[in-house]
Amino acid sequence: MSGQHALLEARSIGKSFFGIPALDEVDFTLQAGEIHALLGENGAGKSTLIKILTGVYRRDRGTISLEGSEIYPDTVGEAQALGIGTVYQEVNLLENLTVAENLFLGRQPRRLGMIDRRAMRNRSKALLERYGLHIDVDALLSSYSVAIRQIIAIARAVDLSGKVLVLDEPTASLDANEVKGLFTVLRQLREDGVGIVIITHFLDQVYEIADRVTVLRNGRLVGSRAISELPRLDLISMMLGRELQHITRDHQAEPETIDDRGAPSIQFQNYGKKGSVAPFDLDIRPGEVVGIAGLLGSGRSETAFLLFGIDRADSGTATIDGEQVSITSPEAAIANRFGFCPEERKTDGIVGDLSVADNIALALQARRGWMRPISSSAKRELADSFIKSLDIRPADRERPIKFLSGGNQQKAILARWLATDPRLLILDEPTRGIDIGAHAEILKMIERLCSQGMSLVVISSELEELTAVAHRVIVLSDRRHVAELSGHQLTTDGIIRAIAGTGETEAA
Amino acid sequence: MIWFTRRLRRLAPQLIALAIILGLISLMAPGFLTISVQNGRLYGSLIDILLRAAPVALLTVGMTLVIATRGIDLSIGAVIAICGAVAATLITDGYPLPVVIAVSLGVGIVCGLWNGVLVAVLDIQPIIATLILMVAGRGIAQLITEGVILTFNDDTFAALGSGSMAGIPIPIYLWVGTALIIGLLMRRTALGFLIEATGINRRAASLAGVRARFLLFSAYAISGLCAAIAGMIVTADIRGADANNAGLWLELDAILAVVVGGTSLNGGRFSITASLIGALIIQSINTGILVSGFPPEFNLIIKAGIIIVVLTLQSPAIMTVFGFIKASRRSDKLNHGTKEATR
Repeated sequence: MSGQHALLEARSIGKSFFGIPALDEVDFTLQAGEIHALLGENGAGKSTLIKILTGVYRRDRGTISLEGSEIYPDTVGEAQALGIGTVYQEVNLLENLTVAENLFLGRQPRRLGMIDRRAMRNRSKALLERYGLHIDVDALLSSYSVAIRQIIAIARAVDLSGKVLVLDEPTASLDANEVKGLFTVLRQLREDGVGIVIITHFLDQVYEIADRVTVLRNGRLVGSRAISELPRLDLISMMLGRELQHITRDHQAEPETIDDRGAPSIQFQNYGKKGSVAPFDLDIRPGEVVGIAGLLGSGRSETAFLLFGIDRADSGTATIDGEQVSITSPEAAIANRFGFCPEERKTDGIVGDLSVADNIALALQARRGWMRPISSSAKRELADSFIKSLDIRPADRERPIKFLSGGNQQKAILARWLATDPRLLILDEPTRGIDIGAHAEILKMIERLCSQGMSLVVISSELEELTAVAHRVIVLSDRRHVAELSGHQLTTDGIIRAIAGTGETEAA
Repeated sequence: MIWFTRRLRRLAPQLIALAIILGLISLMAPGFLTISVQNGRLYGSLIDILLRAAPVALLTVGMTLVIATRGIDLSIGAVIAICGAVAATLITDGYPLPVVIAVSLGVGIVCGLWNGVLVAVLDIQPIIATLILMVAGRGIAQLITEGVILTFNDDTFAALGSGSMAGIPIPIYLWVGTALIIGLLMRRTALGFLIEATGINRRAASLAGVRARFLLFSAYAISGLCAAIAGMIVTADIRGADANNAGLWLELDAILAVVVGGTSLNGGRFSITASLIGALIIQSINTGILVSGFPPEFNLIIKAGIIIVVLTLQSPAIMTVFGFIKASRRSDKLNHGTKEATR
């Protein structure tokens, strides 16, 4: 019937939000009976693409065809009716209903105008048995584990739609056995001719289950390949955007100043937290920039959370200038003159309704305590000096910060910490989602700060950025610190090899 | 000067609403605006509004802070009953006035801290957390008064509710003074700033080192303290503690006053002054309906109607319409092709 057509074919998809492009000229082709992994870092455009395919967003440009005929899904319901079903990360079922009710919600079998419970129960049982699930369908959904809920959600989606199944991070909260069970179900669906799109950041699982991968980066298509022809190293460089052998800054030319900077002033030893990051050692010298690299979900941000006391370490010690300190909360970290610019600027960084001046003064005021207010004239001076030195635009300290662009918000958050005169500043993805100009300025600022003796920890998925600013790069994989690169080893190539686990022995 | 005009602009809608309502009432009831002096005390409907507004105004001060933290405090009506019962009991037991006042205020703060524990430590939603004390509070008050309306005859304590000083009723001093002290505490220290930051984005504030828990505690404690003062005024005024009716539904009036004052229930920027004008608006309506000679059975309906009008004028939808009209007037001449362009 659809022999010559792909099951689902998207061409030149474009989508912008408020003038900022989220997807640009992206193609995506899914064959029937294929498991297709969609990969990319945060902000690559994976979820935007999925939402366009499943009717959550409307595309600005491009075409989508299902079995050869063009479709315009405007709502999730329309996409479902066309044959495209989705199971989101947070399983979208109702916990307070029974399994059977969840499976047939909105389309309950009826008899004489009443819900035919017996038919619903029998059909639910039959449906779930195809997935190897023999459970009491009259029990509340909340009495089952996430893994079983996920299979129920898949069963519902396939039964409703049946052609395309989209899975967003399906394995994020499953253990190894549950993942195995899920994959068995997926393989069976593949046999039945369902086209499956899976978003995940576990590369092992991609190699285990997927037939094909499509990689997005910064809203653009990087490539689409059969997994059997794609070595892991190539896949990682597709995701992080650097071809191997790419020339970067020559660190050998740099003086071996790292050791000249003297003894480490901040030391973390055997520092870790179960389920978050395996214990690691990290020494930071004054004026040093330590980069942290790794794929999404490798434990990058978790490392920052530990260093800044947002998560409590359950092993190891932190030492500053030879004295042991306990960093169990952001307040404690700030008391030790740490600062932290979080990755999620909107939810964790800015206080949207307050002015730029208030946002800049916030950390300093918090450290002084409520009884010692910063006078409004001092606040004005503080804001004006940073607006000038960091070139924050518009140069209006009274404007609510939520009306500033991402880059200027980021500068204001940086100013918030610089105002506290920190000894260690942790920057999590400092240049994500900001324009090129601000990007360069922030990198320049990082160099200036460390030349003034401040230590920095910079987390970034832009490898070129890391190799450009960092003196040393810690590489994370699978929530462990797997390598530390410095000097001539510090190249994008070296980082990618370390992430893939091939260059580890020589790099470490 | 800039500061002053900015402040006036913030308060303008509330001030205009208050002026219109007072104007309407004086049309209905001539003599409404006259103030006379009898026996060395000021009398008149305006003085009466300021006097009767005392309990709601006090509650409004605390409620403004709690709402600024993105919370709500439903328990303060019940806290009025508890503190009134405590004060009446101590008075009848013959304790000296300073002890009575100190203990009552302390009980109010403890009630606020209890709410603080539920909200800040246990992370219970404020509406549910304070509902607990709202329900239990009247029971506690009944236990204290042993189920009766506990009356007393102590002129010094009663003066808190019905006395006057330099011609002005004492409750007016109490609420204006409390509002001034707390307002200064908020704006002369960094408390107000930090409370706003916490209310707008608690996570971001915490990551910047703001002690969000402490701020939540202090907001609820101040709310309890204000309720305690209101409780003493109410009790002193009627020379008795009525566990069932003292402060009944006043928390709702206080929420209304904050909302009329333009502080968002989503937390954040707050203005105690604007909330207090909101409280005066509500009390003006109450008093106005009485002096206008409407049959009392219309009171609540008329009050609701006026409040609907005030809130409609402040609603985001109306604001957008106003903004749209303004903007379209300005740009009408500039672009005729907008329809095509915005399609």
